[in-house]
Amino acid sequence: MGLFDRHAGLLEAYRDVRTTGADPFQIRMERVLSPTEAVINGRKTLLVGTNNYFGLTFDQSCMDAAVEAIRAEGTGTTGSRIANGSYSEHVFLEEEIASFYGMKHCMVFTTGYQANLGVISTLVGQGDHLLIDADSHASIYDACKMTQAEVVRFKHNDPSSLDARLRRLGDRPGNRLVILEGIYSMLGDSAPLKEFIDVCKKYGAYVLVDEAHSLGALGETGRGLCEEAGVLDDCHFIVGTFSKTLGAIGGYCVSNDPDFDILRVTVRSYMFTASLPPSIVASVRQALRVVQARPELRKQLWDNVATLYDGLKAQGFKLGPEHGPVVGVHLPDRMMAVGFWRAMLDAGIYVNVAVPPATPNGVSLLRCSVCAAHTPQQLEHTIEVMTGIGRQLGIISGAPRLRVVAGNG
Amino acid sequence: MPDLRTGEPLLRTAHQLIVENDDMTDTLELTRPTSRVDVVREICHHLAPFQAGERLIVGETVIAKDLTIDSLAIMDMVMELEDRFDVSIPMNVVAEIQTVDQLADTILDLRAKR
Repeated sequence: MGLFDRHAGLLEAYRDVRTTGADPFQIRMERVLSPTEAVINGRKTLLVGTNNYFGLTFDQSCMDAAVEAIRAEGTGTTGSRIANGSYSEHVFLEEEIASFYGMKHCMVFTTGYQANLGVISTLVGQGDHLLIDADSHASIYDACKMTQAEVVRFKHNDPSSLDARLRRLGDRPGNRLVILEGIYSMLGDSAPLKEFIDVCKKYGAYVLVDEAHSLGALGETGRGLCEEAGVLDDCHFIVGTFSKTLGAIGGYCVSNDPDFDILRVTVRSYMFTASLPPSIVASVRQALRVVQARPELRKQLWDNVATLYDGLKAQGFKLGPEHGPVVGVHLPDRMMAVGFWRAMLDAGIYVNVAVPPATPNGVSLLRCSVCAAHTPQQLEHTIEVMTGIGRQLGIISGAPRLRVVAGNG
Repeated sequence: MPDLRTGEPLLRTAHQLIVENDDMTDTLELTRPTSRVDVVREICHHLAPFQAGERLIVGETVIAKDLTIDSLAIMDMVMELEDRFDVSIPMNVVAEIQTVDQLADTILDLRAKR
């Protein structure tokens, strides 16, 4: 038996996808022109499949900060924080994120994936209990494989399902740690955080919230769902990423726990990987300032979300359950999703395709993500193109629908 | 609600009740011990949509190999069974389970330990 035989099923499915001539998993952006446009297959393409929620990848002040840092401190750190030392910029960034949240401690990681992987797998160990939402991100699932704690899933966004599982633990010894996400990455829905926190308090469970997709997008000052739901003080650990709203790469974890810093010498994904280069740290520090100084970007994002979500909904598309910076469009099956994606690309619009097993409940999706920098015209155009393709493929009915506005929304 | 035909109030025993509320399931389960048959029947009910061809689902059926179910759907089924039988099956335990029989035994073991 060959090393790749175990992937035979996947190889076959992947071959089906690639025979169409375009591979959604190996798309190449020949040139990125702006947060909303790139050249793909030699033509200018509208980007509706990034996680660039505030459009900060081309923010002049962030780019300037990065360039300046490269000139001052070089291109890379060539080592880990533990073995090879921190740069002042790393420490400043940690202090700034901690103060942004009003928390005592912050640790910065080289990616958001590594933050979840390392923190979650290290916080719980043998004899502890880790409870995760069924729709958790791969980084959370991978953390589960690395811990000796017992892992139990609860139903997605269902506090009563978590309650049942905590209740069943009864008086068994061991810490309980519950993992939630601010906004889920496939359908753009948010956790009912207040209700979850109430359940966790009832059973004395610790809470970690991953705000990867909600940093900047949710909360009065952009601190995410924890702020939006008014439960910042009840969240023991908040994890997030620099690769979405902040337009770079990296991850972080903040906490008020007095012993938090011990994680610096126990979390392996922090200890045994190179630290973020100075340019990234500098642009992230600046992006965090922009997020705080320009709340209008958040409003612009949500206005754009409403345009895309309501527009697609009015045409009869089946979408995720609520407005979110990610708009997931349900399609009947994997092949239809790939075909729809391909037709969109041919029409000059790039979105993401998400198919099982990367999706919850085996659904196939076109995953659109909204950017504050999208113009209303770009979004209207996206709706128009999707509607046309949707009708051609028989996914939505051909006759234009009347737009019905509810009386008491 | 009275019986529609006789007008008499319905007398029902606990095992005839269909209860969807979690808390009430506890009460119900106290009145009626769970038999192995119940557990196997429930598992087969969840696996039926994934039956491959004409091959029947039996105790020795290897869930991940003999059926068309993927790993995520297996975990989702386990979550349903957990709530039906009021036990929690940790993911590392699920990973060791291969057959319908093993899954049923795990559920019965966990119930006995409650």
